[in-house]
Amino acid sequence: MSSTNTSHSATHHTSTIGAIGAPSRRNTELALLAFAVVIPVFAYANVGLAINDSVPPGLLSYGLGLGLLAGVGHLVVRKFAPYADPLMLPLATLLNGLGLVVIWRLDQSEKLQASRTFVEAAPRQLMYSALGVAFFVAVIIFLKDHRVLQRYTYISMAGALLLLVLPLVPGLGKNVFGARIWIQIPGLGTIQPGEFAKIVLAVFFAGYLMVKRDALALASRRFMGLYLPRGRDLGPIIVVWAISILILVFETDLGTSLLFFGMFVIMLYVATERTSWIVFGLLMSAAGAVGVASFETHVQQRVQAWLDPMNEFKLSRQGVLGHTEQSMQALWAFGSGGTLGTGLGQGNSDLIGFAANSDFILATFGEELGLAGVMAILLLYGLIIERGVRTALAARDPFGKLLAIGLSGAFGLQVFVVAGGVMGLIPLTGMTLPFVAYGGSSVIANWALIGILLRISDTARRPAPAPAANPDAEMTQVVRPS
Amino acid sequence: MNKPLRRIAIFCGLLVLALLIRDNWIQYVQADELRTDKNNRRVIIERYASPRGNIIVGGQPITGSTETSGSDFKFKRTYKDGAMWAPVTGYASQAFGATQLESIEDGILTGNDDQLFFRNTLDMLTGKKQEGGNVVTTLNGAAQKAAYNGLKRQGGKGAVVALEPSTGKILALASYPSYDPSSFAGNSTTTDTKAWTKLQKKNNPDDPMLNRALRETYPPGSTFKVLTAAAALEDGLYSEPDQKTNTPLPWIMPGTTTPLKNEGNIPCKNATLRVALQYSCNTVFGKIGADLGNDKMLDMAKKFGFDEEHFTPVRANASVFSDDMNDSQTALSSIGQFNTAATPLQMAMVASAVANDGKLMKPYMVDELQSSGLDPIEKTDPEELSQPLSPENAQKLQSMMETVVEEGTGRNAKIPGVTVGGKTGTAQHGENNSENPYAWFISYAKDSDDSAPVAVAVVIEDDKAVRDDISGGGLAAPIARNVMEAVINSKK
Repeated sequence: MSSTNTSHSATHHTSTIGAIGAPSRRNTELALLAFAVVIPVFAYANVGLAINDSVPPGLLSYGLGLGLLAGVGHLVVRKFAPYADPLMLPLATLLNGLGLVVIWRLDQSEKLQASRTFVEAAPRQLMYSALGVAFFVAVIIFLKDHRVLQRYTYISMAGALLLLVLPLVPGLGKNVFGARIWIQIPGLGTIQPGEFAKIVLAVFFAGYLMVKRDALALASRRFMGLYLPRGRDLGPIIVVWAISILILVFETDLGTSLLFFGMFVIMLYVATERTSWIVFGLLMSAAGAVGVASFETHVQQRVQAWLDPMNEFKLSRQGVLGHTEQSMQALWAFGSGGTLGTGLGQGNSDLIGFAANSDFILATFGEELGLAGVMAILLLYGLIIERGVRTALAARDPFGKLLAIGLSGAFGLQVFVVAGGVMGLIPLTGMTLPFVAYGGSSVIANWALIGILLRISDTARRPAPAPAANPDAEMTQVVRPS
Repeated sequence: MNKPLRRIAIFCGLLVLALLIRDNWIQYVQADELRTDKNNRRVIIERYASPRGNIIVGGQPITGSTETSGSDFKFKRTYKDGAMWAPVTGYASQAFGATQLESIEDGILTGNDDQLFFRNTLDMLTGKKQEGGNVVTTLNGAAQKAAYNGLKRQGGKGAVVALEPSTGKILALASYPSYDPSSFAGNSTTTDTKAWTKLQKKNNPDDPMLNRALRETYPPGSTFKVLTAAAALEDGLYSEPDQKTNTPLPWIMPGTTTPLKNEGNIPCKNATLRVALQYSCNTVFGKIGADLGNDKMLDMAKKFGFDEEHFTPVRANASVFSDDMNDSQTALSSIGQFNTAATPLQMAMVASAVANDGKLMKPYMVDELQSSGLDPIEKTDPEELSQPLSPENAQKLQSMMETVVEEGTGRNAKIPGVTVGGKTGTAQHGENNSENPYAWFISYAKDSDDSAPVAVAVVIEDDKAVRDDISGGGLAAPIARNVMEAVINSKK
């Protein structure tokens, strides 16, 4: 996008600017969307044929449903954000569709059906996806300009803190397998406020840093070779960060904690352009990690399980409380999949048991689609992140830049933390793989996230409005803001 | 602000790259290791995913598969006459793993063996379900039945091994008491686990799951004298069966003041090899051992297959002849006492080598591996292990062993119209020989064309029988005779 801009300004810099800007690429998006719908439909048929030897009866309605969601998303983007990035919607649709197929495939597992907590997840996930697309549509329609969000900087701060505290409220919060990250709303089910807090916190960081970035970058004191900002500039942001970390420690949700921290450091670095922030951030994270690990047995156990998953498996088999064989089962699923995988519906990833369709869903991709499939999925995520970063580069206002990089950075970190945890690259933390894993909050929040990114990219790529007719136009050179 | 943005872009790229590398590590580099890990349940799910191939004896399967429900295992192993065939098949249990042939030939039986790769690929293309191949054994159903029923009738613990001397084919391999592998082939915690627990040694002192034919070593007692006689002939210490030996009576063991005793009042003074074998003279063979010395005796024992494990392909324990004995210990060892210990398979190999004119064939029980379409995949060819004695000396030894059956301690093994050679053994064991001895018998039978179709070793450890009644000739020889008869009759 930046390249089209430069060429544009190079050829037109002396004349009035017409409405002809970068091509909108809406037709590209439509063509890609067709693939993003057809591929999961084929995958769905594939699972049905493998498990029941017949095409699943819901194939048509599933295909139409996914097509409808994609179609509505596309039409709304075409109408309200015509210059938005053409790749993100198809990518999100494809991942969401594949996730639905694999969740449905795990619904068919007799082993999981035998579990006491079994519920058919696919219909619910389809509903959540519809809700997610509704959120996406709402963001595109009602958020005419992302800079409006800047007004709500401090409300966002309060909102993010509120969302994070909610699970700790007695009677509202719900403890599931050691993590207090859910809230129970009677009649609606459970919500994971942390997923939404991610977006709200990004808005706050972006708004705050935009205002304070000069102060943070320039009015600093040199201390041991590092430029430290003044306390009054940094104070509030450190406080927010510390509070969010503390809450997360109490909720023992370390993945989200890591995610927020990473997002914070990335945005601070982009806002101040000071490398010393990276060093400072790494030091803080190291201190935080060691500090938390020294008193949280939960964390120590996760690290042990990561270092020696086989021992963890054996302890779990011996019935030692608090140990789980899931990490080892996930590794076996990946290994058994090999290069090309067993084919959809033909693996045994249901051995993972609990959370096979949420936190561990990547293992099913690994076993049934193999190395090839997982690499493709990871590259799809890579592409979404890349489009997000591009949006940040193309954005013309600092708030938009900060918000875009904050959101895409958080998205990337989340993918890394979940996928890395399931594949045994880093200790396992309970988080959901965006769009693919089962979980309403995650799907809805990530669709909203994509909506905001599309809005920023639309603003960034939209040609500048034609200036009002000016009698002096002949004599005035208009310099395009870049 | 764009410079840090680009750096963040690179950082995100590195994160994705790290994930891609890790994925290649676990799904490519370590994939095989993870896939075949014994704790990975997929290994047994795979084993029981399709009807398992069969183990075949004489054209008839002795195993089967039935469809099961209620777990992730589709099929369950079944056995016909499971207890009789257990020493051959081993077991394949959903809950407790697999052993022996079921484990060694698992690849063929499940159809996952690399040798079936081409066929499997074809099947995949034509949409045929993968099926397991068969394992065709060398065993003889009638001989096995005679062996197992003989042991069962006897009631004590024991084992029988029968070989085809000219090829090394295992014809019978029985162990008693035995177990029915069907009883714990499934994975039910009530029936299967209970049956399994009951069979464990700590709950059942008879240790029915021990494969006595291959995995238990007994002092061979007097049957070892055949090997000592072979050593004497090969060394040239004595060259003829009817040549007088130089054996005083009583004979004091070298370096000691203890005379070596014979059982009862038998004509052992300077007895010929033939007479000594006929009456089982301890003095004659003990002195031969002492005269030849530890090294020469050990050398001969090794040529007969002692001191090494044998893979049939089911592993048989190594039989023992010590290498650091003085002359009196060598003397005791040469009559099958002291540290000497042999598996029933080993003693059958001794009889087999003598019957096969001195040539020892490698014992084996898998004749052929077949694909599910019954096409041969791999055939086992008979293989010569060694030549412990020359054909002439082997024939001399044969005539001596035949005398044992005609006129000596092995009369119970006589078969009308068939030439039988054998040797009895009654091995002392326990502290000061306080426990009931083991009864041994090794023998072979000859066809009219002078070739030997079968060689047998029988051992019985009977703590119920009255001590004096235990003798190789009394308890073990009749079983050996029935097994040999069964083989000869099945040839007709």
